[in-house]
Amino acid sequence: MLRSSSRERGPLWRDPTFRALLVQGILLLALGAFIALVVSNTMANLEERGITTGFGFLQERAGFSIPQTLIEYSGDSTYARTFVVGLLNTLLVSAMGIVAATLIGFAVGIARLSPNWLLARLATAYVEIFRNIPLLVQILFWYFAVLQALPSPRDSHSLFDVIYLNVRGVVLPDPQALPGFSATPLALLAAVIATWWLVRFAKRRQARTGHTLPVFKLSALLLIGLPLATFVVTGMPLTWSIPTLTGFNFQGGLTVLPELMALWLALSIYTASFIAEIVRSGIQSVPQGQVEAAKALSLPGGIILRKVVIPQAMRVIVPQLTSQHLNLIKNSSLATAIGYPDLVAVFSGTALNQTGQAIEIVAMTMAVYLLINLVVSLLMNLYNARTLLKER
Amino acid sequence: MVDPKSVTEMVAQRRPPDLRRGALGWLHANLFNTPLNGAVTVVTVALLAVLLWPALQWAVLQADWVGDTRAACSGEGACWVFISARFESIVYGFYPETQRWRVNLVFVLLALLIAWLIMPRLPAKRWVGLFALVGFPVLAFFLLVGGSFGLEHVPTRRWGGVMLTLTIAVVGIVGSLPIGVVLALGRRSQMPLVRGFCVVFIEFWRGVPLITVLFMASVMLPLFVPTQVEFDKLLRALVGIMFFWSAYMAEVVRGGLQAIPSGQEEAAKAMGMGYWQRMGLIVLPQALKLVIPGIVNTFIALFKDTSLVLIIGLFDLLAIIRAGLTDSEWLGFATEGYVFAALVFWVFCFSMSRYSQHLERRLHTGHRH
Repeated sequence: MLRSSSRERGPLWRDPTFRALLVQGILLLALGAFIALVVSNTMANLEERGITTGFGFLQERAGFSIPQTLIEYSGDSTYARTFVVGLLNTLLVSAMGIVAATLIGFAVGIARLSPNWLLARLATAYVEIFRNIPLLVQILFWYFAVLQALPSPRDSHSLFDVIYLNVRGVVLPDPQALPGFSATPLALLAAVIATWWLVRFAKRRQARTGHTLPVFKLSALLLIGLPLATFVVTGMPLTWSIPTLTGFNFQGGLTVLPELMALWLALSIYTASFIAEIVRSGIQSVPQGQVEAAKALSLPGGIILRKVVIPQAMRVIVPQLTSQHLNLIKNSSLATAIGYPDLVAVFSGTALNQTGQAIEIVAMTMAVYLLINLVVSLLMNLYNARTLLKER
Repeated sequence: MVDPKSVTEMVAQRRPPDLRRGALGWLHANLFNTPLNGAVTVVTVALLAVLLWPALQWAVLQADWVGDTRAACSGEGACWVFISARFESIVYGFYPETQRWRVNLVFVLLALLIAWLIMPRLPAKRWVGLFALVGFPVLAFFLLVGGSFGLEHVPTRRWGGVMLTLTIAVVGIVGSLPIGVVLALGRRSQMPLVRGFCVVFIEFWRGVPLITVLFMASVMLPLFVPTQVEFDKLLRALVGIMFFWSAYMAEVVRGGLQAIPSGQEEAAKAMGMGYWQRMGLIVLPQALKLVIPGIVNTFIALFKDTSLVLIIGLFDLLAIIRAGLTDSEWLGFATEGYVFAALVFWVFCFSMSRYSQHLERRLHTGHRH
């Protein structure tokens, strides 16, 4: 006997497909209405305040100077140039912070697992102290309580009379390249490529014949020896500009701003406390049986560490480590609290105040961080896919 | 050699080797078991002595504790008078002096609620929790803002100090948790539009720094609403903070949802339960229990980041202290100020993280996969 299909399926509003469509339709409508409302409000507000929209302002003269610029910049440069200068400063402090935080983090994380009771406790104290104090407090502390309390340039602390530390920052000897120096970085690049090739070759050879090469020693020789040899052969084309005190300030040398130092110190120390925990949990996540099995095969201790423990620990460590690195990049935006000229400080701060182009500027700033996040996440997914446990 | 069978008397008892027990034995086992470890110990002790002794002298032994003017500072160690002299403003900000009982009342209520919720023996956790999430914020709002029930109106620009820090933290926590749960459910939805919206929403907030969110809230939000609407500065910051943290919360909750075996939901479906019944009665209670430590960790991060409102000109605990440092009468006390701020934040965050670790151990009973 045939029954009408609508009876069998029940009323329309109980049909899951229909309900899904309805919910999504409502969401779409609500979203559309919300966006339309926001856009119309914004347009009305902008018109009332006499602000023109668009990215035309990027070509206008910025008219303010920035204390630290990695590329040429003056008051006559455009806002687009300001954007690039700020971005480069953000990338500089992020790169410095990532290197230092990773080094400190690994050291502290390994120290937490040390058989030495005192060292392990000290590392625990480090982690518990620094990860529970807001980063902003740490930045302000380093800047105002430590670096601003340093003596004036005339009474600088000095190290071997070439490095000076004072309230205006650290003055370091500045390397000056002479003609012919460019061969050395090129040699380094060649050495890196050669090392990469060597590692691949050694791996394949071992897989094919079972013989190993002293890869570590060979690559160290390549990476250090080749650039050094080039440097010597081309006649050491490098001089140092040594800072000297003239009057009230230093002439020559390379000055590292106290803002950069405070931000770098705080970012590295703070992020290192998180990285230490990641490293510790990563190492602890390798089952004890793995080490015991390797010992039963009578592998030497160094090989157990390098070939059994570290590769498995890294699988746990690397994804979390990357997310800490991303956090560090995002946290570098706190620079604006002490006036380090990063992207947020010069662009979302000064440039926004001067032009009033709030929407464009905040959107551009956010887009930069989103883009960095997206690229790193993509790379991370590739890494994860490569190191995934190959199960049966 | 002695033939074992020939021993007929008890061998006299000997003391165990000294190096296995007692303080000396402990030192030997933990600090000096190898030459390298011994060297590490010596270096660490030396380092601690060099660092800690001057710090202790500065902060405690040579510090000035009593007085209420700058004259009380001897200049040898820390001068905590700087803190005690402005303690009131550090706690209440610019809240009118006659109305401070309202803040105190809210503080006491908050403390009671938290105590009730973390003490395992007290009953009616569910209702108290519900009150903490819904009733308390409403009550605190009427008490702090005033303007009704015969209470004097106190505009939010007079709020500050610890009180503002706690306000932002509590509103952020209470607001971001429900939004986060909804987002996490949405991200696992079968409907492509809902899922897509949630993914974009979550990834957007997680991809940008909180500072830019606060900038956006303070300069862009006023553009989004009609001109005649007065948009409170604190409210703007709160909206930004809530959205930002709800994205992080959503990811934590999603982790919990993924850990629940799908058989649970299928069984509920077989019982004829609808979506919200399945989620509310079966999946979420288990998932949320699993991720309580993660949620507390997000709370800690949120609490630390409340200090960022300093940058958009709100006077939270840190900003009040920083403002005090620019007082011409009290120049040069940056170290005391920031050390005190660090200490306050540290006490809050450390106790929360300890509690989270304790919970992790206590809740590690049910789910073992």
